[in-house]
Amino acid sequence: MNAHDTAVIDARGLRKAYKGKPALDGTSFRIEAGRIVGLIGPNGAGKTTALKSILGLVPFQGDLSVLGRDPRTRRNELMNDVCFIADVAVLPRWMRVREAIAFVEGVHPRFDRTRCERFLANTKLTPKMRVREMSKGMIVQLHLALVMAIDARLLVLDEPTLGLDVLYRKEFYQRLLEDYFDEAKTILITTHQVEEVEHILTDALFIRDGKIVLDAPMDELSQRFTEVLVDAGKAEAARALSPIDERSLPFGKTVMLFDGVDSDTLAGFGETRTPGLADLFVATMKGTYA
Amino acid sequence: MNATTQSLPAARAPAHRTHRFALLLRREYWEHRGGFLWAPVIASAISLLLTAVLFVIGMVTMRKAGSDAGIHLDDGTTMSINGLDLGVLAAQMSPADKAQLAAGIDITMMLASTWPYIVMMFVMFFYCLGALYDERKDRSVLFWKSLPVSDGETVLAKVVSAVLVIPLIATLVAIATMLVFLAMLSVVVMIHGGNPIELIWGPGHPLAISLSVLAAIPVYAIWALPTVGWLMLCSAWARSVPFLWAVLVPLLAGLFVTMSNLMRLSGLGAEWFWTNIVARMLLGVVPFTRHDFARMDGADLEGSGLMQLIEPAAVWSNLLQPNLWIGAAAGVAMLVLAARLRRWRDEG
Repeated sequence: MNAHDTAVIDARGLRKAYKGKPALDGTSFRIEAGRIVGLIGPNGAGKTTALKSILGLVPFQGDLSVLGRDPRTRRNELMNDVCFIADVAVLPRWMRVREAIAFVEGVHPRFDRTRCERFLANTKLTPKMRVREMSKGMIVQLHLALVMAIDARLLVLDEPTLGLDVLYRKEFYQRLLEDYFDEAKTILITTHQVEEVEHILTDALFIRDGKIVLDAPMDELSQRFTEVLVDAGKAEAARALSPIDERSLPFGKTVMLFDGVDSDTLAGFGETRTPGLADLFVATMKGTYA
Repeated sequence: MNATTQSLPAARAPAHRTHRFALLLRREYWEHRGGFLWAPVIASAISLLLTAVLFVIGMVTMRKAGSDAGIHLDDGTTMSINGLDLGVLAAQMSPADKAQLAAGIDITMMLASTWPYIVMMFVMFFYCLGALYDERKDRSVLFWKSLPVSDGETVLAKVVSAVLVIPLIATLVAIATMLVFLAMLSVVVMIHGGNPIELIWGPGHPLAISLSVLAAIPVYAIWALPTVGWLMLCSAWARSVPFLWAVLVPLLAGLFVTMSNLMRLSGLGAEWFWTNIVARMLLGVVPFTRHDFARMDGADLEGSGLMQLIEPAAVWSNLLQPNLWIGAAAGVAMLVLAARLRRWRDEG
């Protein structure tokens, strides 16, 4: 427990296996305060296990410090500073909006009722409404309002927008950025919908088979990686620079992805552009399900 | 402590501990209002309604039959209400008659209020079975665990709901049922010219009985602990059908012991196993101990009445029984285990 450590999360060599199959396999990463980090990986890569370890929900091996505390032994105090929304709507179905507010207000020292009510005023939710009467999008609105009214230091979101339509998804992230995030807070998101979060992330963490395979700030990614639409005939020369991924297009053109190759050099082979997070994801995770 | 936690923006003063715990209890009540409140209330309303119908039928029959009829009460005692003048009858009663009348009224009153209690036993049993299972099944446990409430606190709130809140509400409903029943009886007496104060409220002990059943709640809370502990342990542990685990494990263990004559080795019969293990694991929700049975055996209900059975001193004498405390200790151990299971259980 070092007092001068500024990391919000510091994970070193996390290990956890389910029935002999490793879900976390020496996972190590650091997350600093004031970042929005996307933990991105294919199904079964260990995303949820990593989050559950951070939240102290499952036992694991290795060193993990969240806000300076070990979530295995000091989970109860940790939850004063950490909020999370799990992958699907987990609000109890019998609960009414006013009961949810009263309960969170009563047990959470950092909950601000006026803030919560202000967020809810922009929705169709009424105090008497029960969760079971709500649509999935409304449940997420309620959960988000509850969580955003808590002045926590770390917010963990596990597939928060799964199964929502595009309107709710956009609204969700917009809310998060406009009304919640500031430099004292840290947000850790896992999602499959990479395109939707990539412009709000400050950092990307790719996880594959329980190992972190890419850990970089977003602006570094745009400098490091270049995608080139290689003209027919120049493919062999381009291949010499060892692209990390390539795929053929009709009419003889090939798209290649380069890591750490100067973009001026690459411009000689054809049109260059900055790859999206999704392109990097696909390139990095190639062969995962093979 | 570390520097990071101290530099936090000032949080609202944390809610007082008792206030927090009251809120956890209220949460249980919100979720289970149907079982906690409405089930005993509806049971009581139905039983009162049936009683009222019986009273009316009884009076009509009596009118037709003339002066010999009486009202047959639930427990088989016959309250001879001579249709012509109850007032005269009351004036002629000997002290022994009066004592018998008092005992009869007390017993009838208690019987009238049994329905809320019967419903309570079922509510308690199934509440405990679902307490730590339902939240895993609908995954709302992930929401509860996202809040700074420890597993120990949560389990404690559920136990207190089971052994104190449910019985308290059922008891209050039962008392109300008793009073309404006495009021109905008074109307009948008045119709027949009697004075209800003299014949019903005077000889009966509605106030003493009400206070006694309230005072009995803590004793039966301790008595119920092994059952509550076992059911909640199954609730926290079972991946599916906690009911089957909870019921089959003790029953099969009992059958095994009976058939294998295992207990004979230790000098105790299989019967000992059934009453001290199986029954304590499953029937603790019934507010009646073995010691109560023993006391009842020797009691003269007709003569000295019900009061000596349910008065606080008598009920609290259960606390002198070692097996009450051994069971309670086993119950607490199972509850601690259930809280640990809730802490580390990984839901897919």
